Amino acid sequence: MRGSVVRAWQRWRSRAARGALLGPLDVGLWTLPLAGYFVFPDYLVLGSQMLIAGLFALSLDLCLGYAGVVSLGHAAFFGTGAYTAGLLALHGWQEPLSGLAAAAGMAALVGYSTSFLVVDARGLSRLMVTLGIGLLLHEVANRASSVTGGTDGLSGLEPSALLGHFRFELSGKTAYVYCAGVGLSGFVLARRVVQSPFGLALRGVRENASRMPALGVPVRRRLIAVYTLAAALAGVAGALSAQTTAFVGLESLGFERSASVLIMLVLGGTGRLYGAWLGSCAFLLLQQLLSEQSPAFWQFWLGLLVVGISLFARGGLLGVFAQLRAALGARRSRRRPPTSAEAPGHGA
Amino acid sequence: MGILGVVFDGIAYGSLLFLISVGLSVTLGLMNVVNLAHGAFAMFGGYLSVWLTASWGVPFLGTLPLVLGAGAIVGAVAERLLYRRLYAASHLDQVLFTIGLTFMAVATATFFWGPTQQRVALPEFLRGQVEVFGLGLGAYRLFLVGIVIVITLALGAWIEHTRYGAQLRAAVDNPQVSAGLGIPVHRVFSAAFALGSALGALGGALGIELLGLDPNFAFEYLVYFLLVVSVGGAGSMRGTALGALVLGLSDVAGKYYVPELGGFIIYALMIVLLSLFPAGLRGRRA
Amino acid sequence: MSAALRAEGLSKHFGGFRANDAISLTLAQGARHALIGPNGAGKTTFVNLLTGVYPPSSGEVYLGAERITALSQHRRVQRGLARTFQINSLFAGLTVLESVAIAICQRRGLGGVWAREVRRFPDVEREARELLQRLRLEEEAERETRQLAYGKQRLLEVALGLATHPRVLLLDEPASGIPAAESREMFEVIAALPREVSILFIEHDMDLVFRFAERISVLVAGRLLTEGSPEQVANDARVRQVYLGEALP
Repeated sequence: MRGSVVRAWQRWRSRAARGALLGPLDVGLWTLPLAGYFVFPDYLVLGSQMLIAGLFALSLDLCLGYAGVVSLGHAAFFGTGAYTAGLLALHGWQEPLSGLAAAAGMAALVGYSTSFLVVDARGLSRLMVTLGIGLLLHEVANRASSVTGGTDGLSGLEPSALLGHFRFELSGKTAYVYCAGVGLSGFVLARRVVQSPFGLALRGVRENASRMPALGVPVRRRLIAVYTLAAALAGVAGALSAQTTAFVGLESLGFERSASVLIMLVLGGTGRLYGAWLGSCAFLLLQQLLSEQSPAFWQFWLGLLVVGISLFARGGLLGVFAQLRAALGARRSRRRPPTSAEAPGHGA
Repeated sequence: MGILGVVFDGIAYGSLLFLISVGLSVTLGLMNVVNLAHGAFAMFGGYLSVWLTASWGVPFLGTLPLVLGAGAIVGAVAERLLYRRLYAASHLDQVLFTIGLTFMAVATATFFWGPTQQRVALPEFLRGQVEVFGLGLGAYRLFLVGIVIVITLALGAWIEHTRYGAQLRAAVDNPQVSAGLGIPVHRVFSAAFALGSALGALGGALGIELLGLDPNFAFEYLVYFLLVVSVGGAGSMRGTALGALVLGLSDVAGKYYVPELGGFIIYALMIVLLSLFPAGLRGRRA
Repeated sequence: MSAALRAEGLSKHFGGFRANDAISLTLAQGARHALIGPNGAGKTTFVNLLTGVYPPSSGEVYLGAERITALSQHRRVQRGLARTFQINSLFAGLTVLESVAIAICQRRGLGGVWAREVRRFPDVEREARELLQRLRLEEEAERETRQLAYGKQRLLEVALGLATHPRVLLLDEPASGIPAAESREMFEVIAALPREVSILFIEHDMDLVFRFAERISVLVAGRLLTEGSPEQVANDARVRQVYLGEALP
């Protein structure tokens, strides 16, 4: 009996190494949020925030880490999703899961329509276009205050019970499990995409975009697709935020939101999916700890952290871990005493 | 205020944008560095002017040359210590680095001056209006446009007619060949960066009256400077001037005639112009 | 039977500079055709025009019987026209196998598939490994491109071109930068390609050109100087003039 369990475990590990969807490491990592539910019952609201930010950063990773498209306006889609879910809830449609779907659809629509501008531009122009789209949407929401509530935002959103059964109460338990579930689904989806032929093509675009047409790849079409997908996922994250905090404000569309998600992703490490989650948790924890002093204090250290990352730790936290692991591995093999077969004096 | 008044206001606003953005255009066009911290350099100039007038009693006009000098020094030091590492970095790293710097600058400003708006006391002759051809134009705005015209002419003459100016033009066109010809490209970069920072700081001080000054300035107006440079074309002084004028006029006209749309107009205009002219209106590098 | 690839009066001007001037060239089916000429003659520009990197100032390109002048780069590749680059244009962070797999997936119509892992298509991996074997790269399959020796990278460059199953393959100085012994290996690999693939290759090494080419075109200062069999070209006085550095009449 034990032998068959061990063999099954080994088979799972080797399948994961060859690229199966969820390996033992993944399952292990995803028990962390599960553990969090039991170990930190008073911090579930922060936990939900981390999960939402993680999903948002994950959507940016698809764009930036895998396709190489840097966006300074990704909050446009987060905000679109948030306002969609919020407006639906305010106007009588309070079912949360369909609210998510509507938010994803709306964000995908906005993403798709703006993708042409982003994909055709290069370098600074592309950066500015993404920035411009974010600012534009923020301005639109600001002006349309009769619909969006302007600077006051939308409040008093009350999602109805999840799956008809689990109510969203103040302790944040349902919200947390909801966010974890949606986050996991988003992760699985992203994982799938990244391991697919489409994901491989994206990595090719990131590594060497000009070579891709010479391989027959319609680069423009691929980039439009990933940008739309990233927008949809960001919209889902925004909707989660709206539903679990019962509030949507203009900051969900603002430059600060776009800049922070970029920082979270880079902090964790781009192009590795888990970097999005690690970075978001680390960022929000630091924010919690440091802004107790004063917001300016937090801003200063955040700035310093970001400067440090751009100079010394471009791969983010995961990059640093990988380097440490490589360094430890090298040191271990150097210190290993030579076996008798390798000792000098023995023939080849 | 008739259409002439709107046009004049637009020109004044555009001149200010041009003065500040010229440094950003040089950094991007010459060194290919996306410098999102340029708003912070302008903000530095503004706060320095405030500090000098408030704590040292220096009259506002007297602070201007001091701000110019300080801006040059800060720019030179920053280039030597920090920006030099960014020349070969990816756009993402440059964005991150300069955003981080800006955060630090904003936090520092908040720490020393708090989040409120700062003011400077203008000398008597710059307040109120001046009659020009039967039109009442703001005295300060006239002064501003005058200064920018003088600086632009001086800059233009210097670039066209001096050896250093020729070196700068060569380095913008082709840094590698210039280095091969013995032009000290690195020193050209440093000097250009210092000059751009100085002008930016001056613009920040001059802009207190027009744009206001609070810690948010660095981010809030950064967008406008980036807009001017990317629409006009990085590395081209004429392009930057054109971009600044276009944006200054559109913004003022938009806010005057269609106030419900607010900033919407220039963001939309930027997106449209960038899609039609990806390298900017007169740009060489995208 | 139409030619594999045909250029008719192809020209490209950059401002006042005529990089290519009314070049007409026919690549026969199954050809082993070399394009030679001094540096700066416009050979790479010509290949860029053929593959659609930029549009010609005038002239037409035909792939078989089909006019492809207006087609984008990736569509030409899908029709069977592939090229390699004079300076390696590879995917530094991807493994050799992954690089080749991109082209194979795209060709098999799997390029847009996002819901199934690449590993679920064993045919792709099998084809990739067969290709790598033909190019003597099978041992490097799992290596990251940036870790390969230069000679192996050149081979990968050719592999990427072949992975698209082209009918016509344009090789831009495939052996450039490789020491003599390895470049012979490179050309043996190329010579071993089936006759269904028509090849036009740019090369500077005259040894290799005269060993493998069955037809040679000479490009000088953007214009086609002459064309013919290797013996004809070798005996052409004008060609000798160009290569010995004397001015053209």
